[in-house]
Amino acid sequence: MATLDPPAAVAERAASGLRPSEYAEIRRRLGREPTRAEIGMFGVMWSEHCAYKHSRAALRRLPTRGRGLLRGPGEHAGAVAVGDGWAAVFKMESHNHPSAVAPFHGAATGVGGIIRDILAMGARPIALLDSLRFGPPDDPRIARLVDGVVSGIAAYGNSIGVPTVGGELACAPCYRDNPLVNVACLGLVREERIATARASGPGNAVVYLGARTGRDGMHGAAFASAELGSDPQDRSAVQMGDPFTGKLLVEATLEALATGAVVALQDMGAAGLTCALAEMAARGGVGMDIDLRLVPRREAGMTPEEVLLSESQERMLLVVRAGREDDVLRIARRWGLAAAVIGRVTADPRLVVRDADRTVAALDPRALTEAPEYAPPAVPPAYLREARRADLGALPPVAPEEALLALLASPAIASKRWVFRQYDHMVQTNTVVPPGADAAVLRLKDAPPRGLALTVDGNGRYCYLDPYVGGMLAVLEAAQNLACVGARALAVTDCLNFASPERPDVYWTFQQAVDGIARACEALEVPVVGGNVSFYNEAGQGIYPTPVVAMLGHLDDVRRHAASGWTREGDLIVLLGAGGAALDGSEYLAELHGVVAGRLCEPDLLASARAVQSVREAVSRGLLASAHDCAEGGLAVAVAECCIAGGCGATVSLRAGSTAPPEAAGRGGPAERLFGEGIGRFVVSLRPDAVPPLLALARRLSIPAQVIGTTGGERLVVGVDGAAGRPWIDLPVASLRSAWEAGGLRGRAAAGGARDDAVG
Amino acid sequence: MEIGIVVFPGSNCDADTYHAIREVLGRAAQYVWHEERTLRGLDAVILPGGFSYGDYLRAGAIAATSPAVRALRPYVAQGGIVLGICNGFQVLLEAGLLPGAMQPNAGGRFRCEFVHLRTERSDTPFTCGLAPGQVLRIPIAHAEGRYYADPGTRVLLAAHRQIVFRYCDAQGAVTPDANPNGAMDAIAGLASPSGAVLGLMPHPERASEDVLGSADGRLIFESLARWIYSGRRLPAQSVEAH
Repeated sequence: MATLDPPAAVAERAASGLRPSEYAEIRRRLGREPTRAEIGMFGVMWSEHCAYKHSRAALRRLPTRGRGLLRGPGEHAGAVAVGDGWAAVFKMESHNHPSAVAPFHGAATGVGGIIRDILAMGARPIALLDSLRFGPPDDPRIARLVDGVVSGIAAYGNSIGVPTVGGELACAPCYRDNPLVNVACLGLVREERIATARASGPGNAVVYLGARTGRDGMHGAAFASAELGSDPQDRSAVQMGDPFTGKLLVEATLEALATGAVVALQDMGAAGLTCALAEMAARGGVGMDIDLRLVPRREAGMTPEEVLLSESQERMLLVVRAGREDDVLRIARRWGLAAAVIGRVTADPRLVVRDADRTVAALDPRALTEAPEYAPPAVPPAYLREARRADLGALPPVAPEEALLALLASPAIASKRWVFRQYDHMVQTNTVVPPGADAAVLRLKDAPPRGLALTVDGNGRYCYLDPYVGGMLAVLEAAQNLACVGARALAVTDCLNFASPERPDVYWTFQQAVDGIARACEALEVPVVGGNVSFYNEAGQGIYPTPVVAMLGHLDDVRRHAASGWTREGDLIVLLGAGGAALDGSEYLAELHGVVAGRLCEPDLLASARAVQSVREAVSRGLLASAHDCAEGGLAVAVAECCIAGGCGATVSLRAGSTAPPEAAGRGGPAERLFGEGIGRFVVSLRPDAVPPLLALARRLSIPAQVIGTTGGERLVVGVDGAAGRPWIDLPVASLRSAWEAGGLRGRAAAGGARDDAVG
Repeated sequence: MEIGIVVFPGSNCDADTYHAIREVLGRAAQYVWHEERTLRGLDAVILPGGFSYGDYLRAGAIAATSPAVRALRPYVAQGGIVLGICNGFQVLLEAGLLPGAMQPNAGGRFRCEFVHLRTERSDTPFTCGLAPGQVLRIPIAHAEGRYYADPGTRVLLAAHRQIVFRYCDAQGAVTPDANPNGAMDAIAGLASPSGAVLGLMPHPERASEDVLGSADGRLIFESLARWIYSGRRLPAQSVEAH
């Protein structure tokens, strides 16, 4: 064997980002000093981004078992059975820091990366969703950032031919310098053909497939694992995406898998070749003998460390049966991709990396993948006591109509059509319910009449005020959205966006949010099949704790789905569910009063689960003409959205209650009844003759149900039973629509160049 | 009857088109790899949507030089019929099989949404089942769909009745608001003078089943199937754009 490189210099140790204690641990594991390449490999593999050092312990609390579960956490993506032998594979990931520095390429490569995670499971990617957070829309820099991110998602997704079918977008000052770009991808594969990332079979070939390796994206994983600074080198940590090559890689990989010659595969994403080699070998309990000279390169003169750590996009690593290498190489040539056998699997669990006659690394791959785990101190944040006190009585009065129009124009609620019409949301011809609905619905072409539904949800403001309840609410909101389209929840994947876990108050919010998600998922009996943690989301100030939940649902018959809009005159409107509604932490307080405060109610999980079941059953039995849940902006915004979506007005009358004037924001007052937020409430519409079976269904599940109005006309009128005088709200649907369409980030983001060269 | 669907490396509507013809229409279809040099034996050829070679330069520019697209010219000269959808339309323009060019959309953005089309001509292989003036609801999805032709060509387009579909509103009125990309004369679909070659920006394969929100696109494929089945032939022709 060639001699091993000499130990790394002290300066290289320092540059690796490893702590002194971690360096000592590496020496202990190796029984010697690490080489320069090894220290670089440890640096990326033990970064927070790759190793989940601060989150692994907390994530064990999430429920990971469930009906139909085929692959849980630990693989590239979770997989669940969706019927007729088909498996749905899905996952969500963040690309926050790259998008902050280079919005177009950061977002584009985020899309490319999550698509390859799904591909690595052997699945064909069939849908994308994204969850975005930005600073306030009145900041001119935000418009360019939004524009870059949206254009980046569009450029990659549209070209590679995977539809972007849904998502969400919200704004708050805490995301000003650290936006969130979370992308979820869904794929389909036959159950028996789900691929693995477990290398096996000594003598099998290690095959590189895809784009050539360059110097781009060096240390991306490390970059994602530190707070955002003003380091100009950060730009070089952002990779450049090439969706055309991404498309070739999808086709070539699926074709290679279909030959049966591929034993295992993994994409080369964060930490590049190093991560793929180490994780595949470690999972299989085998070793690999690799020669870096064989790696296809884009530029000359790259050092072994650069080849090992490059995060060039659109690359996969395959383990191919000995003797079948040509089957895969031939496919690569047909698709015009670089491919090469760069080494062999070995029985001895040692990862040996050579460069000509040098051995640059030789170690047990598990030393790289089993990073230390930290349980940092957790302390409730000091701000909580003050923030949870909300003196609503002292707020200035706002007329309900004015409040409704302002809420409809707020970024979280306003129309996102200007965003999603830039995304190809129809390619692959499966999109039954397009973006803009409670959840996206796709038909399953190969298993008719089945369908899948997918939604992404999260509310940072709720989690700021109460991360435990906020975590629960994110899960419940997702389940409600699925119920509205008639889908049964199958599985959850999440993206947990937080500031630095090394701050005890941040870490406490992380633990609380994970606990909340876990409790809600247990109550709904939905497993968490995978996820992603993004820490260090701070640039000056930390972001709100922002867990985002993606939930996948199933429809037995995709034709039996519902939409939110009122399209027919004379239907009755029913409010299902009776969870409390309060202004605490609401969009109303934030948008109209600039107040982020209040005490959130812990939801009754079992009652919420029953409410979800009642709506789903009502939709799938075909009882309803429409279904929509009350979310941001409460009941008033929900009914206004139903008017706008269907183009039909309504008259709604609420039970008489407090006698307070309609402008007041006090407890129990009109503002709370109109704009108060609370989980477990749905607005549904139906023919009068369908009301008795709906009420019977609600009684069976102990869900309160109350007829609150009738559809029809061209105005939305909301008042109180038997009250004299003007109703609280009486506005033309056209006015609601124009506020909703003109609001949000629209227009502000329409100008300006989208590419990063035009940004900053 | 056999319809060929050309597959470029970056095609992404090839499978959708195949599905529409095979599963929805119940007709035979086959994929044709872009390196094929002959199209003999095919009753019709479809260039599907997508980003044929990445299209970083100009949509369809590289695809226009591929062997399969070069083979279109002799194929059409011998009476073959060709439908280019979206990127396929862009390729037909780049290859000179149809006159004019595509520019980036007015507004500069990719747009994906349902639009309405008015049928201007129903004597082509792709519209023979439609009534003149019939309005179809079919989606678009493109960033470069603003059709342009120089004034001389524009006169010839009218003289040869080459405009087959125009963007319109739900009632069939051609208005500036109903034009999603600023295309000249609201052109959404353009044919060769004989009608043998049709370029179409909207995607009929995305609107061929009710569950997808519209089945109007199916009428275009049904027209094609009916034309082929009836054995109608167009006169042998020059394939020069003009």
